[in-house]
Amino acid sequence: MITRRRWLTGSAGALMLGAMPIGRGDDVADAGGAAADEVLFALSGKKPLIKRSFRPPNFETPLADLRRPFTANDAFFVRYHLAGIPEIEPRTWRRRVGGASVSRPMELTLGDLQSGFERIDLPAVNQCAGNRRAFFAPRVPGVQWGNGAMGHALWSGVRLRDVLRKCGLRSDALEVVFDGADAAVLPQTPDFQKSLPMDRALDENTLIAFAMNARPLPHFNGAPARLIVPGWTGTYWVKHLTDIRVQPQPFEGFWMKAAYRIPTGAFPGARFVSQETPETTAITQILVNSLVTNPAPHTRLVRHRPAELSGWAWDGGTGISAVEVSTDAGVSWRPTTLEKDLGRFAWRGFRLALDTSRSGLLALAVRATSRGGERQPEKLTVNAAGYHDNRISSLVLEVA
Amino acid sequence: MRRVALLAAFGAYAMFACARLTAGEETVHLIDAPGRDVTATRCVTCHSLDYIPMNAAVMSRGSWEKTVRKMIDKFGAPIRQEDVAAILDYLTAHYSG
Repeated sequence: MITRRRWLTGSAGALMLGAMPIGRGDDVADAGGAAADEVLFALSGKKPLIKRSFRPPNFETPLADLRRPFTANDAFFVRYHLAGIPEIEPRTWRRRVGGASVSRPMELTLGDLQSGFERIDLPAVNQCAGNRRAFFAPRVPGVQWGNGAMGHALWSGVRLRDVLRKCGLRSDALEVVFDGADAAVLPQTPDFQKSLPMDRALDENTLIAFAMNARPLPHFNGAPARLIVPGWTGTYWVKHLTDIRVQPQPFEGFWMKAAYRIPTGAFPGARFVSQETPETTAITQILVNSLVTNPAPHTRLVRHRPAELSGWAWDGGTGISAVEVSTDAGVSWRPTTLEKDLGRFAWRGFRLALDTSRSGLLALAVRATSRGGERQPEKLTVNAAGYHDNRISSLVLEVA
Repeated sequence: MRRVALLAAFGAYAMFACARLTAGEETVHLIDAPGRDVTATRCVTCHSLDYIPMNAAVMSRGSWEKTVRKMIDKFGAPIRQEDVAAILDYLTAHYSG
Protein backbone atom coordinates (compact mmCIF):
# COMPACT_ATOMS: atom_id res chain seq x y z
CA MET A 1 0.00 0.00 0.00
CA ILE A 2 1.24 3.48 -0.80
CA THR A 3 1.38 5.65 2.28
CA ARG A 4 2.54 9.14 2.84
CA ARG A 5 2.24 10.83 6.15
CA ARG A 6 1.98 14.49 6.84
CA TRP A 7 2.35 15.82 10.35
CA LEU A 8 0.96 19.12 11.42
CA THR A 9 0.93 20.56 14.86
CA GLY A 10 -1.66 23.18 15.56
CA SER A 11 -1.07 26.02 17.94
CA ALA A 12 -3.90 24.70 20.09
CA GLY A 13 -1.77 21.63 20.66
CA ALA A 14 -3.84 19.62 18.25
CA LEU A 15 -2.05 16.83 16.47
CA MET A 16 -2.97 15.94 12.95
CA LEU A 17 -1.79 12.97 11.00
CA GLY A 18 -1.85 12.82 7.25
CA ALA A 19 -3.75 9.91 5.82
CA MET A 20 -2.93 7.91 2.77
CA PRO A 21 -3.52 9.29 -0.66
CA ILE A 22 -5.22 6.79 -2.87
CA GLY A 23 -5.31 6.92 -6.63
CA ARG A 24 -8.61 6.73 -8.45
CA GLY A 25 -9.88 5.36 -11.69
CA ASP A 26 -11.52 7.83 -14.00
CA ASP A 27 -14.97 6.43 -14.20
CA VAL A 28 -15.74 3.93 -11.50
CA ALA A 29 -15.93 4.50 -7.77
CA ASP A 30 -12.86 3.32 -5.92
CA ALA A 31 -13.34 1.27 -2.80
CA GLY A 32 -10.68 3.14 -0.86
CA GLY A 33 -10.33 6.57 0.66
CA ALA A 34 -10.67 9.91 -1.06
CA ALA A 35 -8.27 12.57 -2.17
CA ALA A 36 -4.62 12.94 -1.33
CA ASP A 37 -3.35 15.09 1.52
CA GLU A 38 -6.01 14.09 3.97
CA VAL A 39 -5.71 15.34 7.51
CA LEU A 40 -6.65 13.19 10.48
CA PHE A 41 -7.89 15.09 13.51
CA ALA A 42 -9.53 14.00 16.75
CA LEU A 43 -12.59 15.93 17.90
CA SER A 44 -13.44 15.72 21.59
CA GLY A 45 -14.76 12.21 22.26
CA LYS A 46 -13.61 10.94 18.88
CA LYS A 47 -10.56 9.14 17.58
CA PRO A 48 -8.68 10.76 14.68
CA LEU A 49 -11.01 10.93 11.68
CA ILE A 50 -10.54 12.32 8.18
CA LYS A 51 -11.09 16.06 8.46
CA ARG A 52 -13.17 17.60 5.69
CA SER A 53 -13.91 20.85 7.54
CA PHE A 54 -13.23 22.01 11.08
CA ARG A 55 -16.22 24.35 11.54
CA PRO A 56 -18.92 23.27 11.18
CA PRO A 57 -17.30 19.92 11.90
CA ASN A 58 -17.37 17.46 9.03
CA PHE A 59 -15.30 14.37 9.69
CA GLU A 60 -15.21 11.13 7.78
CA THR A 61 -14.61 7.59 9.06
CA PRO A 62 -11.38 6.04 7.69
CA LEU A 63 -11.72 2.74 5.81
CA ALA A 64 -9.92 0.84 8.58
CA ASP A 65 -12.71 1.81 11.00
CA LEU A 66 -15.41 0.56 8.64
CA ARG A 67 -14.21 -3.06 8.91
CA ARG A 68 -16.08 -3.88 12.11
CA PRO A 69 -19.71 -5.03 11.90
CA PHE A 70 -20.73 -2.06 14.07
CA THR A 71 -18.87 1.20 13.52
CA ALA A 72 -17.43 2.33 16.85
CA ASN A 73 -19.01 5.42 18.40
CA ASP A 74 -15.68 7.23 18.53
CA ALA A 75 -15.07 6.48 14.84
CA PHE A 76 -18.55 7.32 13.55
CA PHE A 77 -18.64 10.13 10.96
CA VAL A 78 -19.65 13.67 11.94
CA ARG A 79 -21.71 15.94 9.71
CA TYR A 80 -23.06 19.44 10.49
CA HIS A 81 -24.30 22.34 8.40
CA LEU A 82 -24.21 24.98 11.12
CA ALA A 83 -21.41 25.85 13.51
CA GLY A 84 -23.37 26.53 16.70
CA ILE A 85 -23.43 23.15 18.42
CA PRO A 86 -24.29 23.44 22.12
CA GLU A 87 -23.37 20.89 24.75
CA ILE A 88 -26.71 19.76 26.10
CA GLU A 89 -27.26 18.76 29.70
CA PRO A 90 -29.32 15.53 29.44
CA ARG A 91 -31.06 16.07 32.79
CA THR A 92 -32.55 19.41 31.87
CA TRP A 93 -33.14 18.72 28.18
CA ARG A 94 -36.76 18.92 27.05
CA ARG A 95 -38.26 18.05 23.73
CA ARG A 96 -41.40 19.80 22.61
CA VAL A 97 -43.94 17.94 20.51
CA GLY A 98 -46.66 20.07 19.04
CA GLY A 99 -47.85 21.81 15.88
CA ALA A 100 -51.24 22.53 14.37
CA SER A 101 -51.96 18.87 13.68
CA VAL A 102 -51.79 17.56 17.23
CA SER A 103 -54.49 18.08 19.84
CA ARG A 104 -52.35 17.58 22.97
CA PRO A 105 -48.91 19.17 22.61
CA MET A 106 -46.43 18.05 25.25
CA GLU A 107 -42.92 18.39 26.58
CA LEU A 108 -40.84 15.32 27.24
CA THR A 109 -37.67 14.81 29.24
CA LEU A 110 -35.15 12.13 28.45
CA GLY A 111 -36.52 10.19 31.43
CA ASP A 112 -40.08 10.45 30.03
CA LEU A 113 -38.86 9.04 26.75
CA GLN A 114 -36.90 6.22 28.32
CA SER A 115 -39.58 5.13 30.77
CA GLY A 116 -42.82 6.01 29.02
CA PHE A 117 -42.51 4.11 25.75
CA GLU A 118 -41.50 0.69 24.44
CA ARG A 119 -37.76 0.51 23.84
CA ILE A 120 -36.62 -0.54 20.38
CA ASP A 121 -33.13 -1.70 19.33
CA LEU A 122 -32.48 -1.50 15.61
CA PRO A 123 -29.29 -2.01 13.56
CA ALA A 124 -29.18 0.47 10.68
CA VAL A 125 -26.81 2.16 8.26
CA ASN A 126 -26.56 5.94 8.53
CA GLN A 127 -25.26 7.30 5.26
CA CYS A 128 -24.91 10.92 4.26
CA ALA A 129 -26.67 11.82 1.01
CA GLY A 130 -23.37 13.22 -0.28
CA ASN A 131 -21.19 10.23 0.60
CA ARG A 132 -18.63 9.72 -2.23
CA ARG A 133 -19.23 13.22 -3.64
CA ALA A 134 -15.47 13.56 -4.20
CA PHE A 135 -15.73 10.83 -6.85
CA PHE A 136 -18.24 12.68 -9.02
CA ALA A 137 -17.21 13.34 -12.60
CA PRO A 138 -17.57 16.16 -13.38
CA ARG A 139 -16.90 17.11 -9.77
CA VAL A 140 -19.42 19.19 -7.84
CA PRO A 141 -19.03 21.66 -4.97
CA GLY A 142 -19.85 20.63 -1.43
CA VAL A 143 -18.12 18.70 1.32
CA GLN A 144 -15.77 16.44 -0.62
CA TRP A 145 -16.65 13.15 1.05
CA GLY A 146 -14.91 9.92 0.18
CA ASN A 147 -16.41 6.60 1.25
CA GLY A 148 -16.63 7.28 4.96
CA ALA A 149 -19.63 9.59 5.41
CA MET A 150 -21.44 6.50 6.62
CA GLY A 151 -21.48 3.96 9.39
CA HIS A 152 -23.52 1.15 10.86
CA ALA A 153 -24.73 1.12 14.45
CA LEU A 154 -27.26 -0.43 16.78
CA TRP A 155 -29.66 2.40 17.59
CA SER A 156 -31.82 2.31 20.71
CA GLY A 157 -34.79 4.50 21.39
CA VAL A 158 -38.54 4.72 21.10
CA ARG A 159 -40.85 4.81 18.12
CA LEU A 160 -41.67 8.32 16.92
CA ARG A 161 -45.22 7.16 16.22
CA ASP A 162 -45.76 6.14 19.85
CA VAL A 163 -44.82 9.67 20.91
CA LEU A 164 -46.89 11.34 18.19
CA ARG A 165 -49.99 9.28 18.95
CA LYS A 166 -49.79 10.25 22.60
CA CYS A 167 -50.09 13.86 21.45
CA GLY A 168 -53.35 13.23 19.62
CA LEU A 169 -52.68 13.31 15.88
CA ARG A 170 -55.29 15.14 13.85
CA SER A 171 -56.48 13.75 10.54
CA ASP A 172 -55.09 16.71 8.57
CA ALA A 173 -51.46 15.89 9.52
CA LEU A 174 -49.25 16.07 6.40
CA GLU A 175 -45.63 16.43 7.52
CA VAL A 176 -43.65 16.25 10.75
CA VAL A 177 -40.94 18.90 11.11
CA PHE A 178 -37.84 18.30 13.23
CA ASP A 179 -35.51 20.87 14.73
CA GLY A 180 -32.29 20.25 16.61
CA ALA A 181 -30.28 22.40 19.00
CA ASP A 182 -27.55 23.09 16.43
CA ALA A 183 -27.89 26.65 15.20
CA ALA A 184 -26.37 29.08 12.77
CA VAL A 185 -23.82 31.74 13.71
CA LEU A 186 -25.95 34.45 12.11
CA PRO A 187 -29.66 34.84 12.83
CA GLN A 188 -30.42 35.29 9.14
CA THR A 189 -28.95 31.89 8.16
CA PRO A 190 -31.69 29.25 7.73
CA ASP A 191 -31.88 26.96 10.75
CA PHE A 192 -31.35 23.27 10.02
CA GLN A 193 -34.82 21.76 10.12
CA LYS A 194 -36.12 18.76 8.19
CA SER A 195 -39.50 17.22 7.59
CA LEU A 196 -40.85 13.74 6.93
CA PRO A 197 -44.10 12.71 5.27
CA MET A 198 -46.62 11.17 7.68
CA ASP A 199 -46.24 7.61 6.40
CA ARG A 200 -42.50 7.69 7.06
CA ALA A 201 -42.91 9.44 10.43
CA LEU A 202 -45.42 6.78 11.51
CA ASP A 203 -43.33 3.87 10.21
CA GLU A 204 -42.57 1.47 13.05
CA ASN A 205 -38.83 1.80 12.33
CA THR A 206 -38.58 5.58 12.66
CA LEU A 207 -37.13 6.18 16.10
CA ILE A 208 -36.14 8.85 18.55
CA ALA A 209 -32.86 7.30 19.69
CA PHE A 210 -30.86 8.05 22.80
CA ALA A 211 -28.27 5.27 22.52
CA MET A 212 -25.86 4.04 19.90
CA ASN A 213 -24.13 0.67 20.22
CA ALA A 214 -25.47 0.39 23.79
CA ARG A 215 -23.85 3.66 24.87
CA PRO A 216 -25.36 7.15 25.14
CA LEU A 217 -25.17 9.03 21.83
CA PRO A 218 -21.81 10.80 21.42
CA HIS A 219 -22.07 14.59 21.47
CA PHE A 220 -21.09 14.85 17.80
CA ASN A 221 -23.66 12.24 16.80
CA GLY A 222 -26.64 14.05 18.29
CA ALA A 223 -26.74 13.70 22.11
CA PRO A 224 -28.94 13.40 23.98
CA ALA A 225 -31.51 12.24 21.42
CA ARG A 226 -31.70 12.17 17.63
CA LEU A 227 -34.01 10.99 14.93
CA ILE A 228 -33.32 7.63 13.26
CA VAL A 229 -34.89 7.17 9.84
CA PRO A 230 -33.63 3.75 8.74
CA GLY A 231 -33.27 3.38 4.99
CA TRP A 232 -33.38 7.14 4.38
CA THR A 233 -30.32 9.31 3.87
CA GLY A 234 -28.63 10.86 6.90
CA THR A 235 -29.98 14.36 6.26
CA TYR A 236 -33.26 13.32 7.94
CA TRP A 237 -31.55 11.93 11.04
CA VAL A 238 -31.84 15.25 12.92
CA LYS A 239 -29.44 15.47 15.86
CA HIS A 240 -29.91 17.07 19.31
CA LEU A 241 -33.71 17.03 18.81
CA THR A 242 -35.52 19.94 20.43
CA ASP A 243 -38.80 20.43 18.54
CA ILE A 244 -41.17 18.16 16.71
CA ARG A 245 -44.09 19.83 14.92
CA VAL A 246 -46.86 18.08 13.08
CA GLN A 247 -48.43 20.31 10.47
CA PRO A 248 -51.09 20.18 7.79
CA GLN A 249 -49.01 21.91 5.11
CA PRO A 250 -45.63 21.21 3.44
CA PHE A 251 -42.65 22.55 5.38
CA GLU A 252 -41.09 25.46 3.48
CA GLY A 253 -37.66 25.59 5.12
CA PHE A 254 -34.45 26.06 3.12
CA TRP A 255 -33.11 22.59 3.96
CA MET A 256 -36.15 20.97 2.39
CA LYS A 257 -37.06 23.37 -0.44
CA ALA A 258 -33.60 24.38 -1.65
CA ALA A 259 -31.15 21.79 -0.34
CA TYR A 260 -31.09 18.01 -0.55
CA ARG A 261 -33.01 18.06 -3.82
CA ILE A 262 -32.66 15.59 -6.68
CA PRO A 263 -34.21 15.59 -10.15
CA THR A 264 -37.77 14.25 -9.94
CA GLY A 265 -38.00 10.68 -11.17
CA ALA A 266 -34.25 10.25 -11.70
CA PHE A 267 -33.68 7.73 -8.91
CA PRO A 268 -35.56 4.79 -7.44
CA GLY A 269 -36.87 5.12 -3.89
CA ALA A 270 -39.80 6.43 -1.90
CA ARG A 271 -41.57 9.56 -3.13
CA PHE A 272 -42.03 12.55 -0.86
CA VAL A 273 -45.07 13.88 -2.68
CA SER A 274 -45.70 17.02 -0.62
CA GLN A 275 -42.12 18.18 -1.30
CA GLU A 276 -42.14 17.33 -5.00
CA THR A 277 -42.16 19.74 -7.96
CA PRO A 278 -42.09 18.75 -11.65
CA GLU A 279 -38.33 19.48 -11.71
CA THR A 280 -36.94 18.44 -8.34
CA THR A 281 -37.87 16.54 -5.23
CA ALA A 282 -36.50 15.87 -1.76
CA ILE A 283 -33.96 13.05 -1.61
CA THR A 284 -35.35 10.08 0.33
CA GLN A 285 -34.06 6.51 0.45
CA ILE A 286 -30.50 5.22 0.34
CA LEU A 287 -29.72 3.38 -2.91
CA VAL A 288 -28.30 -0.14 -3.04
CA ASN A 289 -24.55 0.08 -2.57
CA SER A 290 -21.44 -1.76 -1.41
CA LEU A 291 -18.03 -1.06 0.03
CA VAL A 292 -14.96 -3.29 -0.08
CA THR A 293 -13.18 -2.96 3.25
CA ASN A 294 -10.55 -5.66 2.66
CA PRO A 295 -8.09 -5.62 1.05
CA ALA A 296 -7.47 -1.88 0.89
CA PRO A 297 -7.03 -0.52 -2.66
CA HIS A 298 -3.60 -1.17 -4.16
CA THR A 299 -2.73 -3.82 -1.61
CA ARG A 300 0.01 -6.16 -2.80
CA LEU A 301 -0.98 -9.78 -2.27
CA VAL A 302 1.60 -12.54 -1.98
CA ARG A 303 1.36 -15.09 -4.79
CA HIS A 304 -0.12 -18.43 -3.70
CA ARG A 305 -0.93 -17.08 -0.25
CA PRO A 306 -4.68 -17.28 0.49
CA ALA A 307 -6.40 -13.90 0.36
CA GLU A 308 -9.98 -12.86 0.80
CA LEU A 309 -12.14 -9.99 -0.41
CA SER A 310 -14.70 -8.72 2.10
CA GLY A 311 -16.93 -5.76 2.77
CA TRP A 312 -20.50 -4.56 3.27
CA ALA A 313 -23.59 -4.10 1.15
CA TRP A 314 -26.75 -2.18 2.07
CA ASP A 315 -29.81 -0.51 0.61
CA GLY A 316 -32.82 1.59 1.57
CA GLY A 317 -34.57 -1.09 3.58
CA THR A 318 -35.34 -4.20 1.53
CA GLY A 319 -32.13 -6.01 2.42
CA ILE A 320 -29.41 -7.49 0.23
CA SER A 321 -29.99 -10.55 -1.93
CA ALA A 322 -26.61 -10.87 -3.66
CA VAL A 323 -23.14 -9.39 -3.91
CA GLU A 324 -21.16 -10.41 -6.98
CA VAL A 325 -17.60 -9.94 -8.12
CA SER A 326 -16.22 -9.65 -11.64
CA THR A 327 -12.56 -10.03 -12.57
CA ASP A 328 -13.14 -9.50 -16.31
CA ALA A 329 -14.44 -5.91 -16.34
CA GLY A 330 -18.05 -6.91 -15.83
CA VAL A 331 -18.34 -9.62 -18.52
CA SER A 332 -19.01 -12.36 -16.00
CA TRP A 333 -19.98 -12.23 -12.33
CA ARG A 334 -19.69 -14.74 -9.53
CA PRO A 335 -21.50 -14.66 -6.22
CA THR A 336 -19.80 -13.96 -2.93
CA THR A 337 -20.77 -15.61 0.35
CA LEU A 338 -23.16 -13.42 2.32
CA GLU A 339 -22.77 -13.12 6.09
CA LYS A 340 -25.57 -13.27 8.64
CA ASP A 341 -28.55 -11.03 7.94
CA LEU A 342 -28.85 -8.59 10.86
CA GLY A 343 -31.98 -6.90 9.56
CA ARG A 344 -33.17 -5.15 6.43
CA PHE A 345 -31.69 -1.76 7.42
CA ALA A 346 -28.36 -3.25 8.47
CA TRP A 347 -25.42 -3.69 6.18
CA ARG A 348 -24.68 -7.23 5.06
CA GLY A 349 -21.20 -8.69 5.07
CA PHE A 350 -19.84 -10.49 2.01
CA ARG A 351 -16.66 -12.44 1.35
CA LEU A 352 -14.90 -14.22 -1.48
CA ALA A 353 -11.58 -16.05 -1.73
CA LEU A 354 -9.26 -14.35 -4.20
CA ASP A 355 -7.22 -16.20 -6.80
CA THR A 356 -3.57 -15.43 -6.07
CA SER A 357 -2.11 -18.12 -8.33
CA ARG A 358 -1.03 -15.68 -11.07
CA SER A 359 1.13 -12.64 -10.58
CA GLY A 360 0.12 -9.28 -11.98
CA LEU A 361 -2.64 -6.76 -11.48
CA LEU A 362 -5.99 -7.98 -10.23
CA ALA A 363 -8.85 -5.65 -11.21
CA LEU A 364 -12.07 -6.37 -9.37
CA ALA A 365 -15.58 -4.99 -9.72
CA VAL A 366 -18.17 -5.50 -6.99
CA ARG A 367 -21.92 -5.04 -7.28
CA ALA A 368 -24.77 -5.59 -4.85
CA THR A 369 -28.40 -6.40 -5.61
CA SER A 370 -31.21 -5.68 -3.18
CA ARG A 371 -34.18 -7.85 -2.36
CA GLY A 372 -36.22 -5.09 -3.93
CA GLY A 373 -34.50 -5.87 -7.25
CA GLU A 374 -32.29 -2.77 -7.46
CA ARG A 375 -28.70 -3.33 -8.56
CA GLN A 376 -25.67 -1.03 -8.45
CA PRO A 377 -25.31 0.69 -11.85
CA GLU A 378 -22.18 1.15 -13.94
CA LYS A 379 -22.75 4.84 -14.49
CA LEU A 380 -23.41 7.80 -12.28
CA THR A 381 -26.74 9.60 -12.53
CA VAL A 382 -25.31 13.12 -12.54
CA ASN A 383 -27.11 15.58 -10.26
CA ALA A 384 -26.11 19.09 -9.27
CA ALA A 385 -25.55 18.52 -5.57
CA GLY A 386 -23.58 15.29 -5.87
CA TYR A 387 -25.87 12.78 -4.20
CA HIS A 388 -26.46 9.04 -4.60
CA ASP A 389 -23.17 7.73 -5.99
CA ASN A 390 -23.83 4.00 -5.88
CA ARG A 391 -21.80 2.91 -8.88
CA ILE A 392 -20.28 -0.54 -9.06
CA SER A 393 -17.10 -0.46 -6.97
CA SER A 394 -13.78 -1.17 -8.60
CA LEU A 395 -10.60 -2.17 -6.87
CA VAL A 396 -7.12 -2.82 -8.21
CA LEU A 397 -4.82 -5.17 -6.32
CA GLU A 398 -1.46 -6.59 -7.21
CA VAL A 399 -0.33 -10.19 -6.88
CA ALA A 400 3.45 -10.58 -6.64
CA MET B 1 -16.34 21.04 21.94
CA ARG B 2 -13.29 23.07 22.64
CA ARG B 3 -13.59 26.56 21.32
CA VAL B 4 -10.93 29.14 20.99
CA ALA B 5 -12.15 32.69 21.12
CA LEU B 6 -9.68 34.36 18.88
CA LEU B 7 -8.78 37.61 20.46
CA ALA B 8 -5.02 37.38 20.16
CA ALA B 9 -3.55 39.18 17.24
CA PHE B 10 -1.50 37.17 14.84
CA GLY B 11 -1.04 38.99 11.57
CA ALA B 12 -4.08 39.43 9.39
CA TYR B 13 -5.98 36.90 11.44
CA ALA B 14 -6.55 39.52 14.12
CA MET B 15 -9.44 40.61 11.99
CA PHE B 16 -11.27 37.39 12.77
CA ALA B 17 -11.91 38.68 16.27
CA CYS B 18 -15.65 38.24 16.02
CA ALA B 19 -15.46 34.64 14.80
CA ARG B 20 -15.18 31.77 17.23
CA LEU B 21 -12.70 29.30 15.86
CA THR B 22 -12.61 25.66 16.88
CA ALA B 23 -9.50 23.71 17.80
CA GLY B 24 -7.48 22.83 14.75
CA GLU B 25 -8.75 25.40 12.32
CA GLU B 26 -6.05 27.91 13.14
CA THR B 27 -3.79 25.63 11.08
CA VAL B 28 -5.73 26.53 7.93
CA HIS B 29 -4.07 29.35 6.04
CA LEU B 30 -5.16 30.88 2.80
CA ILE B 31 -2.62 31.84 0.16
CA ASP B 32 -1.15 35.24 0.96
CA ALA B 33 -2.09 37.50 -1.93
CA PRO B 34 -4.22 40.62 -2.52
CA GLY B 35 -7.81 39.95 -1.51
CA ARG B 36 -6.96 37.32 1.10
CA ASP B 37 -7.84 39.40 4.13
CA VAL B 38 -11.25 40.52 2.93
CA THR B 39 -12.03 36.95 1.81
CA ALA B 40 -10.85 35.37 5.05
CA THR B 41 -12.56 37.81 7.40
CA ARG B 42 -15.93 37.51 5.65
CA CYS B 43 -15.95 33.73 5.19
CA VAL B 44 -14.61 32.80 8.63
CA THR B 45 -17.61 34.33 10.39
CA CYS B 46 -19.64 31.22 9.67
CA HIS B 47 -17.18 28.49 8.70
CA SER B 48 -13.57 27.43 8.80
CA LEU B 49 -11.51 28.44 5.79
CA ASP B 50 -10.74 24.85 4.78
CA TYR B 51 -14.01 24.91 2.80
CA ILE B 52 -12.16 27.05 0.26
CA PRO B 53 -9.22 24.74 -0.60
CA MET B 54 -11.53 21.71 -0.24
CA ASN B 55 -13.61 22.94 -3.16
CA ALA B 56 -10.87 24.61 -5.20
CA ALA B 57 -10.50 21.86 -7.79
CA VAL B 58 -14.23 22.02 -8.53
CA MET B 59 -14.51 25.80 -8.82
CA SER B 60 -14.34 28.47 -11.49
CA ARG B 61 -15.14 32.18 -11.35
CA GLY B 62 -18.72 31.38 -12.25
CA SER B 63 -19.16 28.76 -9.55
CA TRP B 64 -17.44 30.97 -6.95
CA GLU B 65 -19.80 33.77 -7.88
CA LYS B 66 -22.75 31.44 -7.43
CA THR B 67 -21.38 30.32 -4.06
CA VAL B 68 -20.70 33.85 -2.80
CA ARG B 69 -24.19 34.95 -3.92
CA LYS B 70 -25.70 31.97 -2.09
CA MET B 71 -23.79 32.90 1.05
CA ILE B 72 -25.08 36.48 0.85
CA ASP B 73 -28.62 35.88 -0.42
CA LYS B 74 -29.55 32.61 1.31
CA PHE B 75 -27.33 32.50 4.38
CA GLY B 76 -27.14 36.21 5.16
CA ALA B 77 -23.35 36.52 5.01
CA PRO B 78 -22.28 40.07 5.95
CA ILE B 79 -20.42 40.75 2.72
CA ARG B 80 -20.64 44.28 1.35
CA GLN B 81 -21.41 44.60 -2.34
CA GLU B 82 -18.15 46.49 -2.91
CA ASP B 83 -16.16 43.55 -1.48
CA VAL B 84 -17.67 40.91 -3.74
CA ALA B 85 -15.41 41.62 -6.71
CA ALA B 86 -12.22 41.48 -4.63
CA ILE B 87 -13.31 38.19 -3.06
CA LEU B 88 -14.17 36.71 -6.46
CA ASP B 89 -10.86 37.88 -7.94
CA TYR B 90 -8.94 36.30 -5.09
CA LEU B 91 -10.84 32.98 -5.11
CA THR B 92 -10.63 32.72 -8.89
CA ALA B 93 -6.91 33.45 -8.99
CA HIS B 94 -5.89 31.11 -6.17
CA TYR B 95 -8.65 28.56 -5.60
CA SER B 96 -9.97 27.47 -8.96
CA GLY B 97 -9.47 24.18 -10.77
